[in-house]
Amino acid sequence: MSETPTLELRNLEVAYTVRGIDRQVLRDVSFSIAPGEAYGFVGESGCGKSTAAFAAMRYLPRNGKITGGSILFEGNNIVDMSDGQVSDLRRSAISMVYQNPATALNPTIRVGDQVAEVFQLNGVSKSDALAMAEQALTRVQIADPIQVLRRYAHQLSGGMAQRVVIAMALASNPRLLVMDEPTTGLDATVEAEVLDLVRELRRDTGTAVLFISHNLGVIRHMCDRVGVLYAGALVEQGATADLFNNPSHPYTVGLLRCIPRGGLHKSTDRLDTIPGTPPALGTKFDGCVFAARCALAEDKCQSSQPQMVTIKGNHVARCFLSDKASSLPRSAEQIEFASQSATTAHEVGETLLNVSHLSKVFTQDGHQVRVINDVSLTLGVGETLGLVGESGSGKTTIAKLVLGLTAPEEGGVVSLDGKGLAKTLNRRDVHDVGAMQIVFQNPDQALNRRHSVTRIVGRAVERLRSFSVSESIDRAHELLSGMRVEATLHSARPVQLSGGLKQRVAISRAFAGAPQIVVCDEPTSALDVSVQAAILNLLVDLQKQDKTSFIFISHDLGVVRYISDRIAVLYLGRVVEFGSSQRVFNGPFHPYTEALLSSVPNFDGSIRKRIPLTGVVPSPSNPPSGCVLNPRCPRKAGSGYETLCETEEPNLTEVEPGHFMRCHIPVAKLKQLQS
Amino acid sequence: MKQYILKRLGLSVITVFLVAVIVFFLTHILPGNVARQYLGRGATEEDLVEFRRVFGLDKPLLSQLFIWIKDLLQGDLGTSMQYRGPVADLLLPAIGYSSKLAGVAFFLIVPISIFGGVIAAMNRGKKIDRVITVGGLSAAVIPEFVWAIVLVLTVGVTFQIFPVTAFPEEGNRGVLNQIWHLILPSISLLLVLFGYIARIARAGVIEALESDYMRTAVLKGLSRKKAVTKHVLRNALLPTIAVIASQVPYLIGGLIAVEIVFNYPGFGTILKGAVDARDYAVLQSGVIISSLVIVGFQLIADILFALLNPRIRQKVSE
Amino acid sequence: MTEKKLSSLAERSNAERQQIRRERMQLVLRNKTFLVGAVILAFWVILAIFGNLIAPRGASDQDFEFVSVGPSLKYWFGTDANGQDVLSRVILGTRLIVVMSFTATALGTVVGTALGLAAGYFKGKFDMIVMRLIEAISAIPVLIIALLAIAALEGRSPTLTVIVIGFVFTPNIGRTVRAAVLGESELEYVAAARLRTERTPHILFREILPNVLPPIIVEFTVRLGYAIFAIATLSFLGAGVEYGSPNWGSQIAENWGSIYANVWWATAFPALAIASLAVSVNLISDSLLEVFEI
Repeated sequence: MSETPTLELRNLEVAYTVRGIDRQVLRDVSFSIAPGEAYGFVGESGCGKSTAAFAAMRYLPRNGKITGGSILFEGNNIVDMSDGQVSDLRRSAISMVYQNPATALNPTIRVGDQVAEVFQLNGVSKSDALAMAEQALTRVQIADPIQVLRRYAHQLSGGMAQRVVIAMALASNPRLLVMDEPTTGLDATVEAEVLDLVRELRRDTGTAVLFISHNLGVIRHMCDRVGVLYAGALVEQGATADLFNNPSHPYTVGLLRCIPRGGLHKSTDRLDTIPGTPPALGTKFDGCVFAARCALAEDKCQSSQPQMVTIKGNHVARCFLSDKASSLPRSAEQIEFASQSATTAHEVGETLLNVSHLSKVFTQDGHQVRVINDVSLTLGVGETLGLVGESGSGKTTIAKLVLGLTAPEEGGVVSLDGKGLAKTLNRRDVHDVGAMQIVFQNPDQALNRRHSVTRIVGRAVERLRSFSVSESIDRAHELLSGMRVEATLHSARPVQLSGGLKQRVAISRAFAGAPQIVVCDEPTSALDVSVQAAILNLLVDLQKQDKTSFIFISHDLGVVRYISDRIAVLYLGRVVEFGSSQRVFNGPFHPYTEALLSSVPNFDGSIRKRIPLTGVVPSPSNPPSGCVLNPRCPRKAGSGYETLCETEEPNLTEVEPGHFMRCHIPVAKLKQLQS
Repeated sequence: MKQYILKRLGLSVITVFLVAVIVFFLTHILPGNVARQYLGRGATEEDLVEFRRVFGLDKPLLSQLFIWIKDLLQGDLGTSMQYRGPVADLLLPAIGYSSKLAGVAFFLIVPISIFGGVIAAMNRGKKIDRVITVGGLSAAVIPEFVWAIVLVLTVGVTFQIFPVTAFPEEGNRGVLNQIWHLILPSISLLLVLFGYIARIARAGVIEALESDYMRTAVLKGLSRKKAVTKHVLRNALLPTIAVIASQVPYLIGGLIAVEIVFNYPGFGTILKGAVDARDYAVLQSGVIISSLVIVGFQLIADILFALLNPRIRQKVSE
Repeated sequence: MTEKKLSSLAERSNAERQQIRRERMQLVLRNKTFLVGAVILAFWVILAIFGNLIAPRGASDQDFEFVSVGPSLKYWFGTDANGQDVLSRVILGTRLIVVMSFTATALGTVVGTALGLAAGYFKGKFDMIVMRLIEAISAIPVLIIALLAIAALEGRSPTLTVIVIGFVFTPNIGRTVRAAVLGESELEYVAAARLRTERTPHILFREILPNVLPPIIVEFTVRLGYAIFAIATLSFLGAGVEYGSPNWGSQIAENWGSIYANVWWATAFPALAIASLAVSVNLISDSLLEVFEI
């Protein structure tokens, strides 16, 4: 490349001081971004992605410092610049967009004033700046910019707030835009919209982009080139397609393999895992940073540090064995412990749980909010029911109603094995309580941080199985060891365990009472993908062994598809589609499901035409009349059923054997529209 | 918004009512006790009966409570047992004096404490921060009367910079001279309240400094100084308002000790006199009045907080 | 066999526990603020226990040859207008304030914690009533409500003062605990406990309470400082303690007038005693705050 790169990092080293010791977070990182190019960083949590992004802005936390190397912006080293010069650059040439747009905006200043501030900083008068702010919002496709300008941050939805932040970032016509997980935490459909917007804007402005994401699909769709970070070191880099199609570092190979990608299913495929855990912050290495977890590692990998080797063109990998990387042995651990299931008389598939007409109304600020509306579902023995839907669709509330943690409204019935259960937990007997357990999303909150691992699991055995204390402890140790929590960790507190181990403890606890049904509420959302794979394998093994049934809640469609036998799609507290995993993912689709599926960027590079949902999710306190989806429905217009859709709420009807939909448009018509 | 204010007002009324009930039962927890306490052990049975008749203590307890509250609502604070005159005549001028002292103290305390908190936050972890936080709170746990003694001994008696009485002599009661005499007592109060307010202001500023929106402001290209004045202070000082209101009870409590040390004829001095003479009528009214002031300040703080915070403002106006 | 397993388990978790405790202790001990506070407090506690043995003179011994005489070799802290030894009265006054402030704070902490736990967990009507009461009590200045109660209830007994101060401290502790419990009870480990049929007392005391201990400990030390503050002030105002018993507040009140005659020692030393005791407690609470990272 002859022209000066927009951004170039040369041998950058960054350290954080934690408890008085400097811990290295970026190790000798070098890369460059050409004008107009989009460069992506991927890696698991703690690998230094965000640090790299903030270093490019020369903005590090209080305890962070640059210990070596240089950061060149258009050839000028910003490490040596004065604060004033850096501020000038941020005002005019480099901008940033980050995660959590809602908190990125000042809560007590109107949005308009915050956007206008960027123009004012560049010497524009206040009134002109406000007019320019309006244009800036129009540019990010905000429909009523004048309205939005007058609002405060808390009055914006997540997607809207991120548009405002993007508008602010683009206001100075920057030559480099740094985006750090810009869509993490947003719903899939909103994420897709924001990503489309960024792609369009980039086409129009030619801005160079540094894009950070943990989501490989997003990176694949957004970036020209990709760098893979592990433990603060750049281990592989290349053009997006080259890197994804021919990964040449064992870490990249492992990372790509452990994602439950389209088409994989628990019945036929086992997920690969990366053994071990990522190194702690600031670990020192003699050899390759990945050697400890690499199945290919040889002696030299442990003792000397590999250099970047060229694979093809500008595709490089930091590995002695890059030519063998694709033959990385598969690794998938298997659990091993004696089944203790109390009830094994059932046949797989026989109906176990029957949920009918569940509704739930919350009172919020004096308003009645119907968060769950007439939900009916069934679950068979040894079966997994996936619950899918965006935030606010009522997934978790359904789980709580089934478990009896909150009581449903009059008329709702939960029956197990044909026997109706009491509405709330404290009126259910030990057997009924033990029969249904849950694994929560966040093990930090779900495990009492003052209790030891043994106590957490042992106490559950003691209460639910009526064992003596010593029997309970024995059983707890068996359970934990079976879940691969080593004996040396049994007396530890949760805080001493890694995220994956904590989740194993939580699973042990859920299985303490030999449950028939376990609700898994986003059990892997807080985990890195390599750990996620191991947890999913564990759950599948447990199910095979004990014929346990799962209700599996996740926003990650790939995960749900992999693990579920049947799937219920929820929208605004209603089941809009219910059927086998196969049906729900392959169609014919309910219009909402169709839009949801089309919004997920696949990391295999296949492009699916996005079916957009227009407008925002309506408030459950004031749902639209007719079908609740109708104002946003992608298939309503031109279907010939518009009036019906707007006036009458459709019922959940069986459109094919075992496949239910809540839609006025006949399935044949949908099939035709969707082909 | 109006609804919010009405709701807060309603809650305040309930609080004051509960205060009245608590105070009443505290003084009347043992029937007949008041008369016995007031008149002392030497009193004869006839004395007691007469005393109870005069002060309405012979009626059933609940109707006494009812009458007392009814009188309070009509602005009748009762009759002093000690002086046999209306409590209002005794308390109101004293409250006037105390308000002057509290006012001077308030104008000293609020800006100095907030300034101290902001300075500490901006220099987080440095020496000046430690001095303000640890020193401030250490000063706060030393009683006002001890501070008053230290101040009188040093700047009053030894160096003779400030007058050691809070009340100027007759014929020399110009506004400035009055304020001049109130400085030393106010400093005793400042020393006790500085630590808390400064600490909350500091916490607010630090939270705002570490917020994502502060990061946005800096990454937009604002200089740190400008980002602080424009984006940090307003958000940071919001919680401080509530804390200042919560310190009013301590300010009022502190008045008693300070007024006695500096020989100032305020509310506290009257209350202390009432304790010595066991003049329950004065004490009860004194408690009610101080809690009215406290609840009033709390109410003002809540409303101010809601007005300045768009999130709450919107929520309450729905 | 099981027994063996159990005992080895107990050993291991004991070792574990010890290590956590050791780490935290190190963190506390490395803290200079804590050390200074602890040394001063220990000094006063020793005086409170062994004061009778240490004090050179009795509480009411009078020496009419030395009236209002400044510090000297014979009377290190000088004598007051009654010819009493200031040093001995300071030493002998320690026990009362130390014992009273500790018991009053302990009382307030226990009652406040119970109320806060219940209010935070049950929410609803019970919470509302408790909160209204707490608000009402906090709307009365501590000193004034104490004066009123002490005046009303047969004055000068230390026991009564302890009860009254404990009572007025309950709202502060109750509020702190309630806020912490509200946060905790949203956490999923509480739901998990309910899902293994635990009863409410177990959830409150075994699951939630251990997690809200740090704020309670810090609040205890903060309140302890305030108890010293309040008791000293009350005795200065002539309420709350018996006449004639040696205590710092009364000592200052009695000798206050002679300050203008430059007899500074009779008030300055007890004032210093109050200040150092209160500050030592504050230094401890401040360093705990840092260690617990609240």
